[in-house]
Amino acid sequence: MTTRIAAWSFAAPALIVIGGFFLLPVAVAFALSFTDFDLYALASLENLRFVGLRNYLELLQAPLFWQALGNTLYFVVLGVPLSIGLSLGAALLLNSPLARAQAFFRTALFAPVVTTLVAVAIVWRYLFHTRYGWVNQGLAALGIDPIDWLGDPHWSMPTIILLAVWKNFGYNMVILLAALQAIPRELYESARIDGAGRRQEFVHVTLPSLGPVLSLVSILTMAGYFQLFAEPYVMTEGGPLRSTFSVLYFMFDQGFKWWNLGVASAIAFLLFALVLAASEGLLRFARSRGIA
Amino acid sequence: MRPPARWLHALALAGALVVAACAERGEQPVQLRFWLMGREAEVVSQLLPEFERRNPGVRVAIQQLPWTAAHEKLLTAFAGDALPDLCQLGNTWVPELAELGALEPLDARAGSSREIREDDYFAGIWDTNRIDGVLRGIPWYVDTRIIYYRKDILAQAGFDHPPRSWDEWAREMRAVKEHVGPERYAILFPLNEFEPLLALSLQGDNALLADGGRAGDFHDPAFTRALAFYVEAFRNGWAPAMSNTQISNVWTEFGRGFFTFYVSGPWNIAEFRKRLPPERQGDWMTAPLPGPHGPGASNAGGSSLVVIAKSRHKDAAWKLVEYLSEPAVQERFHALTGDLPPRRSTWALKSLASDPHARAFRDQLERVRPTPAVPEWERIVNEMQLVAEQVVRGAIPIGEAPAELDRRVDAMLEKRRWMLGRKPS
Repeated sequence: MTTRIAAWSFAAPALIVIGGFFLLPVAVAFALSFTDFDLYALASLENLRFVGLRNYLELLQAPLFWQALGNTLYFVVLGVPLSIGLSLGAALLLNSPLARAQAFFRTALFAPVVTTLVAVAIVWRYLFHTRYGWVNQGLAALGIDPIDWLGDPHWSMPTIILLAVWKNFGYNMVILLAALQAIPRELYESARIDGAGRRQEFVHVTLPSLGPVLSLVSILTMAGYFQLFAEPYVMTEGGPLRSTFSVLYFMFDQGFKWWNLGVASAIAFLLFALVLAASEGLLRFARSRGIA
Repeated sequence: MRPPARWLHALALAGALVVAACAERGEQPVQLRFWLMGREAEVVSQLLPEFERRNPGVRVAIQQLPWTAAHEKLLTAFAGDALPDLCQLGNTWVPELAELGALEPLDARAGSSREIREDDYFAGIWDTNRIDGVLRGIPWYVDTRIIYYRKDILAQAGFDHPPRSWDEWAREMRAVKEHVGPERYAILFPLNEFEPLLALSLQGDNALLADGGRAGDFHDPAFTRALAFYVEAFRNGWAPAMSNTQISNVWTEFGRGFFTFYVSGPWNIAEFRKRLPPERQGDWMTAPLPGPHGPGASNAGGSSLVVIAKSRHKDAAWKLVEYLSEPAVQERFHALTGDLPPRRSTWALKSLASDPHARAFRDQLERVRPTPAVPEWERIVNEMQLVAEQVVRGAIPIGEAPAELDRRVDAMLEKRRWMLGRKPS
């Protein structure tokens, strides 16, 4: 009995903090999502109405929500594989015995992760400027017509994806590099003795050894990419024609711009359900392949 | 009406000083908390020593809020009962804070004030502070939209004066576009700024919202006409379909002649003076906004000074409001910020009356109209711009836009209709 009390009292400080700062707010937000809490309700709780599932039903019927969801999925489906592919490629290059000035390149490739997005966005807006941007000037040198990167609804999301991938790949690269360095040399040696080529080594030694780390990195990256917000916020303000407007941006607008906290909470829980389902799916896929 | 002479002001101030000194004697020093936003917060501290000298019992503590975070900060401060004693407030936010019951009614104080006289203020801007008939703020500075234009390019295109009606404006834009060619444009309407279209929409006796702010009124001919004029500028290639995030630097682009007309606000006078090269300084001018058939109206924006209802130092806060409203103080404030004063007597002072670029604003201020005083307004006007962008980019036919906008706005106002239906007004 005393051990039980002791155990609970050791866990209590952490539990109280988690309960007070995480579980309780989540529960309140969940309750909020069934009300029409807004500016008027802030003035007086008499103006608060319980609306049941109306916030959810209206969201599911709102074209803007589906557009935001479509944009977010576009970003995730294209951005996550690109980001992880680039991270893996960079990690392999850095890990190669032929690599020179490894420490320098590791730092240089990691640098975007620690730069401030707002500062980066200003530079990128210049790089992708239709008339003065280096990107279009480079394309012009190749004889390609200028592209309106941030002003054309078809190009704006690809540009945001490029920015996000460039900004984030360094983080996963460092994790993957550490995992690569942890693969025992002996595996490669025995593979080579068995007559494996470079490609076979990669497919049969490197990839399986990276499996658990890759699936972890994928889930974390995907969960992060579903929460797309800062990049369009600083680059395009969700435009043009809401082509870079994400689910989280929608939530921000509703909650913090218009103070419709009821609707914003409902969006948050829909997004939560979506991320949960996607992560679970990815995890099951990984388990079925026996790598997690 | 002749403006009152300076010595009269001095006399009034001396009187106020004596009264203030008597009232404050023997009391605890009062610490006034004053919230301001952006640039105004930086310069107002230079105006305060004089106030504190005249009111020895009062100390003012300033806190600066960035504009981008101010709205959230004010609402959370209200929720947490942490609002200051007085505050600078964008006048489109006044209805919101008034709805919350956060703002002290000022009718009685303004009615008996020797400094603040309603008839000296531009009517349009004064009215933005009247919510459901109650005065909730005193205008501090005015923000309205007028035209900035390149005199030299307009002259090359064959016109020696800025437009005085929409027809003339369209003719000038066509001529300018023909003159500057495919790489440059006649006008810049940034697609993510609602202010130009809003200003164009204020040219009738339309209210933009119908039925006491219960429903959208965007099918009104005054709005459809404004939208048609706005969209036509894009269709004809006079305006580029760009948002201002795509224009790296509007001042440089204006200097390069990327566009000839620009609908913008007062802060750009100082910016253009500072940022355009000296040889360009003679080439730009300001002009009041034209209407469909003559001088047009524009929006009545800007900031007000409000006293917070829960403040324990309302008398001292009001004194500071009166002090900051004195023409001489406003003149200094204008010199420091470029903000336009809301009082005719301040505009009669020499530094303002002799400023060639400010003249268009002085003229325009006689024709500013408030926008609907409902808490949802900011959201509504954002939606208006989104629909306008969809029309410009061809996602919605222009004929369907007003009905679509009304439908969206009606949905936003559902709660307000419910609230108004509950309490008999």
